[in-house]
Amino acid sequence: MGSIMKQKAGMSRRTFIAASVGSGLAMGFGSLLSGCSQEQATESLATGDLRNILSPAGWFEIDAHGKVLVNIVKAEMGQHVGTALARIVADELGADWAEIQIKHVDTDAKWGYMVTGGSWSVFTTFQMLSQAGAAGRDILLNAGAKLLDSDPAGFSVSNSMVSNGDKSISFAEIVQKGDISRSFSEEELATLPVKAAADRQYIGKQTTALDIPQKTNGQAVYGIDAELPGMVYAHVLMPPTRYGSSITSLDDANAKKINGYQQTIRLEDPSKQLQGWALVIADTFPAAMKAAEAVDISWQAGPTANINEAELIGEGERLAADYEAGTLFVDEGDAPQARASADKVLKSIYRTSTALHFALEPANAVVEFKDGKCHIHSGNQWQSLILPTLAKALDMPESDIIIHQYYLGGGFGRRLWGDYMIPAALAAKHLNKPVKLVFQRPDDSRFDCVRSASVQQFDASLDAQNNLTGIEHGAAAGWPTLNLAPGFLGNGVDGKGKFDAFSISGADHWYSIENHRVRAINNELAQRTFQPGFLRAVGPGWVGWGVECFMDELAQLKQQDPIDFRLAMLDAAGKNAGKAPESIGGAKRLAAVLNDVRDRSNWGRDMPAGEGLGVAVAHGQERTMPTWTAVVAHVAVDPESNKITVKKIWQSIDCGTVVHPDGALAQAEGATLWGISLALKEGNSFENGEVSKTNLDTYTPLRMADVPEMDIKFMPSIEVPTGLGEPPLIAIAPAIGNAVFAVTGKRVYNLPISL
Amino acid sequence: MIEFKLNGKTVRSDSPQDTPLLWVIRDELKLKGTKYGCGIAQCGACTVHFEGTALRSCSVPLSAVEDKDITTIEGLDSPQGKALQTAWVAEQVPQCGYCQSGQIMQAADLLSKNPKPSDQEIVTAMNGNLCRCMAYKRIHKAIKVAAGV
Repeated sequence: MGSIMKQKAGMSRRTFIAASVGSGLAMGFGSLLSGCSQEQATESLATGDLRNILSPAGWFEIDAHGKVLVNIVKAEMGQHVGTALARIVADELGADWAEIQIKHVDTDAKWGYMVTGGSWSVFTTFQMLSQAGAAGRDILLNAGAKLLDSDPAGFSVSNSMVSNGDKSISFAEIVQKGDISRSFSEEELATLPVKAAADRQYIGKQTTALDIPQKTNGQAVYGIDAELPGMVYAHVLMPPTRYGSSITSLDDANAKKINGYQQTIRLEDPSKQLQGWALVIADTFPAAMKAAEAVDISWQAGPTANINEAELIGEGERLAADYEAGTLFVDEGDAPQARASADKVLKSIYRTSTALHFALEPANAVVEFKDGKCHIHSGNQWQSLILPTLAKALDMPESDIIIHQYYLGGGFGRRLWGDYMIPAALAAKHLNKPVKLVFQRPDDSRFDCVRSASVQQFDASLDAQNNLTGIEHGAAAGWPTLNLAPGFLGNGVDGKGKFDAFSISGADHWYSIENHRVRAINNELAQRTFQPGFLRAVGPGWVGWGVECFMDELAQLKQQDPIDFRLAMLDAAGKNAGKAPESIGGAKRLAAVLNDVRDRSNWGRDMPAGEGLGVAVAHGQERTMPTWTAVVAHVAVDPESNKITVKKIWQSIDCGTVVHPDGALAQAEGATLWGISLALKEGNSFENGEVSKTNLDTYTPLRMADVPEMDIKFMPSIEVPTGLGEPPLIAIAPAIGNAVFAVTGKRVYNLPISL
Repeated sequence: MIEFKLNGKTVRSDSPQDTPLLWVIRDELKLKGTKYGCGIAQCGACTVHFEGTALRSCSVPLSAVEDKDITTIEGLDSPQGKALQTAWVAEQVPQCGYCQSGQIMQAADLLSKNPKPSDQEIVTAMNGNLCRCMAYKRIHKAIKVAAGV
């Protein structure tokens, strides 16, 4: 994941360019290709030909009416990301917020690398957007002063006005009159003043999200709402296994009796993502649904047709128990030696079941080939990842494929992998007409890149007084990155082997432990059976379950309060001291949120019978972007039915600067409830090579009746803003599990929890 | 041919009688605010009003709406409906927004029959509507704001 961020940040000779374009003013960062002068780049910007010259990000335009259009390359899937990013620009630019508009852009190469995930959007763009805004402010200030025949000294910019005393000129007038062409080198940019936190007008201040009004009146347009003239509808006929199935017979005689049925086509996919697929083509979607039922099709199932959940877990247990298996992710001190010389060893195994994304908008795409280009209309989180696969599937250059972005009816990581576009694209190519494909819910679930079942084994080495001397931790799961983006795999700390950080991050926690070894292990059986995916909170979402429940076990063994036990190890020593700017303060900040939540939850008080408190902490998605969270869960367990009820969650969060406070709170509320849902409500199971729970009659995410009281606090901070959409999920399940122990004295090891 | 009223206007469909109303509304009559989620009436994203009562349009055949009044989010103009939409913005309810048409239609049905619901009555009425972003706390709050309770 670090490498994805580097790829984004790695534009060489980054330059900020502003130019009058038509009747407007366009500004953005460009990365000049070698041999291209700034003048040429400016000219190219002015003529709109950016493809070969620039990969601007944070590009914005001001029109002659003073409207500021901020182009958003990130997907909108509920996080109100456009509002947050535009607030950063507007604050530094000195724009009137009422003049701000946002636009979610397509995959034209000029926008650079496109990914929305990992809770990275604000973290990876904050500095760049701040500098872009500051550069824009400087340009407007100088241009405005010049138009007023004045010395720029003494002028300031706010609310879209450049002014000094009684002299002032609006952005609109500057754009109307100005003939602006300026660029800044990276060095020049660095010298431009960025506002002090205290001077900010929008960042950290309350506002309403720009995307919300249209989400209350039916006007918001999602991928599933896209239509093209002349399109036909497609419905999938999916094989019984993800890989290796082939169609042995296909008879559509009964489908032909259905009004509106056209034909059934077999898909040949050169990218090998789809193996043994057919599509029913019809005039309407209801006709396609009926015809799909009527087609008589059989397959030779692939080699994983008999795999079930117990086998996936069993293989994980075997691997996690093998001290030689996997890739070293952490290797501090000598954990095996600590175990060999320990007075006793505490061994525990934590498991999580397969979990679905279940984005409420099912997978869909509308595809059209036109003038030699392939136009794909579909909501997506990682366009730059699927484009090469689409190019292979369609046997055409990536540059001729354009993905048009829409609102996402939920992402949660499902739409990081755009494989659902492939069948529609193959069909549109084959039929030479526009095709709209919608997955019915059960097919959407079957085709989901699920969160892999996982197994973690912990071996704690202890001395005679139950003092911890070392931990060995093996974590086995299917790895999303292995198939999807192998270039992003990390290297073992001993130089041997690879690991998927998205399936182990969180094991590299901020507790100081002298001897600590973590092995990241690929569960190859899982890998063969399905495509593992990124689910909200990703690796830490299940790694944290084991890490934080096990910490409670160790505290209990030592007969120490679980918070005191943790605080003693959060000493910010050595590697846990943190690094400026993103993790400045290190483990001390984790200790601070833990102390805060202890006070606010009145930890340690007597609880009524059948009720208890549990605690857990997390550091977000990765050590290089820590979001410090601490959770106390108040849980009741019914002595008769063993039903677990979460009564209240306290959560304290330090994510540095909060750009859009209400949006941040909404994300934290949603992530908190996701944590409860994954802890208590959501567990799938593979049966016969596929997920067995494919709709809401069997897969049962949390509903309103299950919502507890939530008391969420953001720590005041002016540090670098870190991720937020996922981190508040991580500590919820272990806090609940630890609370269940506090109530019942019974340790729970498996997610979802059942007693 | 089936004739019915959609948001106060008479509309006709030549689709087969067993076509789910949802797809008639979305694909034939081009009102996209009503959403498809589960297809088995358990998520509520497709909720519309049938003669003033909330109904899951994914699981109702076209034949059932002959000569009936159907209202979708685009035609919601009752005072309670408008109050809910205002409260939805004021409370910043939607995240991805995909379920929200259905949530608002369900809530409008509740308030039309029970203008001052209790906390528990809101939960009971809304529990069949899944919000995958889990914006439940704000949905609950916005209904109270709209109802003035």
